[in-house]
Amino acid sequence: MRHWIEKQRYIIDFTISSLLRRKVKNFGLLALYTLIVFILASTMFFTYSIKKEASLILKDAPEIVVQKIVAGRHDLLPVSYLDTIKNIRGVAAVESRLWGYYYDSLVGANYTLLVPPANGNSADNAQSPAKTTVVEGEPGIDKSKPLFELNGAVLEPGTLIIGNGIARLRDIGKGDYMPFLTFDGNVVNFRIAGTLSSQSELVSADLMLITGEDFRKLFGIDNSYVTDLTVVVNNPSEIATVASKIKKRLPQARPIIRDEILRTYDSIFNWRGGMMIVIFSAAVLAFVIFAWDKASGLSAGERREIGILKAVGWETSDVIQMKFWEGAMISLTAFFTGVILAYVHVFFTGSLVFEPALKGWSSLYPNFELTPFVNLEQLTTLFFLTVVPYTVATIVPIWRAATIDPDSAMRFTGD
Amino acid sequence: MIELVKVKKVFNAGNPSEFSALNSVNLFIEENQVTVLKGPSGSGKTTLLSIVGCMSRPSAGRVKLQGREITSLPERFLTDIRRKTFGFIFQQPNLIKGITVLDNVMLPAYPLGEKRSHLRDKAMRGLAELNIGNKAASKVEWLSGGEAQRASIVRALINDPRIIIADEPTAHLDTKLSYRFMEIIEKFKAEGKTVIITSHDPLVYESSMVDRVVNLRDGQIEGEPA
Amino acid sequence: MRNSSLFLIYTSSGVVLLSLLLAHASLSETAQQENLKEKAMLVKTLKLTDLCLFTEARYTRHLSQADLNTAFQDHPLSLEHFPSGSFTQPPERMSERP
Repeated sequence: MRHWIEKQRYIIDFTISSLLRRKVKNFGLLALYTLIVFILASTMFFTYSIKKEASLILKDAPEIVVQKIVAGRHDLLPVSYLDTIKNIRGVAAVESRLWGYYYDSLVGANYTLLVPPANGNSADNAQSPAKTTVVEGEPGIDKSKPLFELNGAVLEPGTLIIGNGIARLRDIGKGDYMPFLTFDGNVVNFRIAGTLSSQSELVSADLMLITGEDFRKLFGIDNSYVTDLTVVVNNPSEIATVASKIKKRLPQARPIIRDEILRTYDSIFNWRGGMMIVIFSAAVLAFVIFAWDKASGLSAGERREIGILKAVGWETSDVIQMKFWEGAMISLTAFFTGVILAYVHVFFTGSLVFEPALKGWSSLYPNFELTPFVNLEQLTTLFFLTVVPYTVATIVPIWRAATIDPDSAMRFTGD
Repeated sequence: MIELVKVKKVFNAGNPSEFSALNSVNLFIEENQVTVLKGPSGSGKTTLLSIVGCMSRPSAGRVKLQGREITSLPERFLTDIRRKTFGFIFQQPNLIKGITVLDNVMLPAYPLGEKRSHLRDKAMRGLAELNIGNKAASKVEWLSGGEAQRASIVRALINDPRIIIADEPTAHLDTKLSYRFMEIIEKFKAEGKTVIITSHDPLVYESSMVDRVVNLRDGQIEGEPA
Repeated sequence: MRNSSLFLIYTSSGVVLLSLLLAHASLSETAQQENLKEKAMLVKTLKLTDLCLFTEARYTRHLSQADLNTAFQDHPLSLEHFPSGSFTQPPERMSERP
């Protein structure tokens, strides 16, 4: 056993000095290999973490969202739908949602304007940082207006609570004013009542919380319409059934259930989807070609060397072992370096290299720190997909040269 | 010590380019003697040497090493025997460029997995004996012809072989270095080793320390019946 | 120092470093629970349905709410809004027959 270990150490010694003789070529190869592992590992870390985080964050998304579809496009939903749905058996509560997009030409960004739900606060929302208090309206008006409050910022008419991404992009904060263009061409100014936390940017970076009245005034939406509805169901296992009942009663309605929302984010960034497969296939292909080319084209010098080794007493298996170590050493080095750098890249620098690609055309991109979720299974797969093919690609073409018999080696080198 | 019985070697059998390098050779090499295989090019010297040194197998006939039949041993065992019994000195030093002299010299011992400090000491001693101890850490490219030859001799000795085999060792050496080489051979003989040399250099085969000269011609030993 | 020792040292430090990073991952997970809860709470309170990742277009901003016709416009790779459209796939229900 001792001998075997010592023998491997000798072979490694020799292989390293062999590699160092062609420094430029081998360092180039190592760098390329490391880069490929880096990109693949970064992609893996990023997509897995986001998927995991999405599934954790969105688990309390609305049970059913009901939209109205006209001619294949979203349309405003009439409030009469609320009553229809309320009467369906199994429905615990129905609530309207008012939200939409506003394009800010100044910075070329899209904002999501949202009217906070009036009564999302049931008993179990005790930890909720949001509070809705009912305030007596001004004299002359019957309805009492609910006031939304979040972390101390009160959303009064004429004010907005904005996401941290918007605050960053437009460099505005609490107390500042922001002009908006209404649907009929007027300019209206809103005061910023507060900002949402920077930690929540992943869900709130582009949000603007606005009162229902202001929303309707801004976009010219009549009181009899809302954007869509959310439905709370008595029995969670009945969600799909209720959804199909809604569809039956209201043919133009399209229900989206929570499960679908979660599955969307599960399949987002899938290994097999979109850009990923292109990057991955191209990388692996290029790499295997490179490795094979390198290994199969034994230069005269390398052939001579193997001849000398055979002539001084190395067996075929010894030569093969040497080549194995050559492939394995480069693979292992590239793997560890690549994966470690990838981890640092994704979780400490926030995927700096990917940012331009992920950001795309959007002007507003959330600043978020991904929680490191690592899938060991993926790491192991990556290991086997990179180290094994490369090592094999290095050994197989050597077979021919390694089996040269010492006699020929002696003659060959003797000349 | 080494016995060859009716050994034949044919290359490229079955092809139009088939030719017989050795034709029924019978040879007995004595222990602790210096034997020279002499003959013109194409006489089969190198082939014979290679079979004697367990580097290749005969097409027909038998080879015995110290009474033990080795003709049909599997490659692994043959290689093992070769590693431990023989030391080869080639025409050219055939050192591996880009690594040090010391590494080159230790190379044949790597597959045996000997403890590094032992091996290193052995190598350094060998180098010192041939007066190139100071070149141990140099890259082989910096050696002169004679120094390189000597380094390759040290390499041949690293596994303490009992039999030294040299193929045209003085072909690229000048007279002075050739004499030096023969002195080294004399030393081997004094140490109890057996030496087999192929050469057509009179300086070698006419040397006083040579015990026997075998003449080869056309794949046969002269003076022997076919 | 022997070459093979150098390699051994490098590989072992690689293993050690990687293990440290993986430990960091599991530690961060616990540390980030607060943060995750905050976001989950916001989702619940405001009844949000999507992560705010791609704000260029409405169907990339609200991936799960995208309507049949405008999801990815004419082509699944959504080339006009490259690259976000090519990163994400249409929600599964899109490819299912009703």
